[in-house]
Amino acid sequence: MAETATREFLHNLHELPHTVKDACFRLGKAPESEREESQATFHNLFLHIHSVRVHVRTLKPTLTFGLGLMATASFVITIITGVLLMVYYKPSTDLAYQSIKDIHFTVSTGRFIRNIHRWSAQLMVLVVLLHMARVFFTASYKKPREFNWLVGLGLLVITLALSFTGYLLPWDQLAYWAITIGSNIANSPRELTDAIGITKFFDPGGFQKRLLLGANYVGQDALIRFYVLHVFVLPLALVTLLGVHFWRIRKDGGLARPEDPMGGIAEWGGERRPVFQPLATKTYGLMALVKGKRPPVNRGPENTVMSWPHLFWAELSVFMVTVAATLILSFYWDAPLKELANPAIPENPAKAPWYFLGIQELVSYSAFTGGLLIPVIVVVGLALIPFLDRRAEGEGIWFGTKSERPIFWQSFFFASAVTVGMLAFTVNYGWLRNWFPNIHQLWIIAINPGSLLVLIFAAWSLFVLKRKDSVRLAAVSLFTCFLVAFTILTYFATVHRGPNWHFYWWPSQWPLH
Amino acid sequence: MSRLDPPRINRRSFLSLASLGSFFAALGTAAAGMLRLPNPAVLPGPVRRFKLGSPEQFSPGSETAFAEQNLVLFRDDEGFYAISSTCTHLGCAVSRSKDGFACPCHGSRFDSKGSVIGGPAPRPLPWLEVSRAANGDLVVNADNEVPEGTRYRV
Repeated sequence: MAETATREFLHNLHELPHTVKDACFRLGKAPESEREESQATFHNLFLHIHSVRVHVRTLKPTLTFGLGLMATASFVITIITGVLLMVYYKPSTDLAYQSIKDIHFTVSTGRFIRNIHRWSAQLMVLVVLLHMARVFFTASYKKPREFNWLVGLGLLVITLALSFTGYLLPWDQLAYWAITIGSNIANSPRELTDAIGITKFFDPGGFQKRLLLGANYVGQDALIRFYVLHVFVLPLALVTLLGVHFWRIRKDGGLARPEDPMGGIAEWGGERRPVFQPLATKTYGLMALVKGKRPPVNRGPENTVMSWPHLFWAELSVFMVTVAATLILSFYWDAPLKELANPAIPENPAKAPWYFLGIQELVSYSAFTGGLLIPVIVVVGLALIPFLDRRAEGEGIWFGTKSERPIFWQSFFFASAVTVGMLAFTVNYGWLRNWFPNIHQLWIIAINPGSLLVLIFAAWSLFVLKRKDSVRLAAVSLFTCFLVAFTILTYFATVHRGPNWHFYWWPSQWPLH
Repeated sequence: MSRLDPPRINRRSFLSLASLGSFFAALGTAAAGMLRLPNPAVLPGPVRRFKLGSPEQFSPGSETAFAEQNLVLFRDDEGFYAISSTCTHLGCAVSRSKDGFACPCHGSRFDSKGSVIGGPAPRPLPWLEVSRAANGDLVVNADNEVPEGTRYRV
């Protein structure tokens, strides 16, 4: 008895590598049949959010350019590198700056890890914006995907909040003055309440500022709040919403695409399967059991391929491209670290990261209008799009509605001309305060280059609505206008704004001081 | 059955709904109460009353910038006055320019008395209360604004 137990034990010991492997990987080999391929997909926790089969249209790189996945990939990279940075970073006004310097100069691979964190964060902001533009211009927000558009909008806001809270943490000059400006933008409803004299009774601005700073000045309380937001609250919110976002993609039937036509021949996928009309005297149900040879009956060809391996190769390559891009950028360009925060003197000019420079330009007309009102209008406007444009048309096709492309180009040139004209006018002639120094602040809140741009774009969009008689085209014109204005304002503030926010043709013309 | 003519509900459903409703109302109130936590009850902050030295140090017609205190002290024939150098737009520190003060962040411009002459600033730079300490030093209280034109005579 004892002898057999010993033998069994030795046998099990000998088999250990195989049994452990079999327990971990149930299939134990690369899948060969479609049945095994589907099992490989839905028996794996990380793969089972995918459907087993995927439509060939959604695999075409030019439909999505992999932007959503690229955003996810860069988020994963920031999470991994962010946890590593947390090992050394100290969220204290006395130690934060030195700990970043330590990470940069002393910690093994610290500089590279910080560079990767910063570059993948920048990439994430860029790609999330492009992803939204892609979803808009392929009309992929329409029924039943309205809710997922809203979730995506939430993700955009959280992404921007993450990057904002992130660049405050080094406690350098950029960080200090960005917190100062950011918390004062939160405070800017006071501009309005002061102007109508009700701040004493109703002060939402002061409340928001206190909530952000935890004090009435920028210091340790503010830093720890932004730290908690950056490393816990916002990532958790983002991961949660991301789960909902992915889940809804599945539940809404995959990526938006036009209906497959009835009849005809599958357009791609290796196997061309003709459609035939069923004979009334025959039963075809059993034929569906035959491995991979299901004939389409009474409907169009499915045009789907197995997710394993087609979709997973595509996803893996997007992931690899993202990692490669981040690594290359991080290898050649260091993440900046300015001088230690100095509450006495801001940098001149004090510029935000590129994605906030458009807002900084607007804020330089009016803090309340540019910093709060217009961003809120934009977000609410974006949220309303799928509920105002409800006609099922052109889903999943770039500029899929009739005469959408001409409207896009018209809006593109219209918005470029208006934005450049507005900037040129403002730079040359100033604004209300320069002409009427004692003008009431309410006038400046209401009428400034930013609010005028919004009004002109809205008027243009209404004009398109009337002339073209299409809600989708009106939405396209408005979205294009805002996208163009955002890009031009960002470029303008990056290149043409110098010390004291004056206009210069090139940074090389900035005065020395 | 329409919205104007809803179906009658029985007593059990009514009581269930009422208890559910009161549960969630209580939960919501508790959650809203928890939001009071991040709103600071005490506002910690440095004392913003600055001793700037004895009045004799500042000759008539002089102006002295105190960068760390974010204010500029002036003395003219009528007396002393102090102007805050924190921009009323979004809180950057303004610096002296040819015609007054200029803000590096968003381009607000003020004249040498603090009035807005350009840019997005909604209010003039505040004038701060000047007084003297027991030992005769000038004291500026950066938390107390005084009307423009107020001078402190020594």
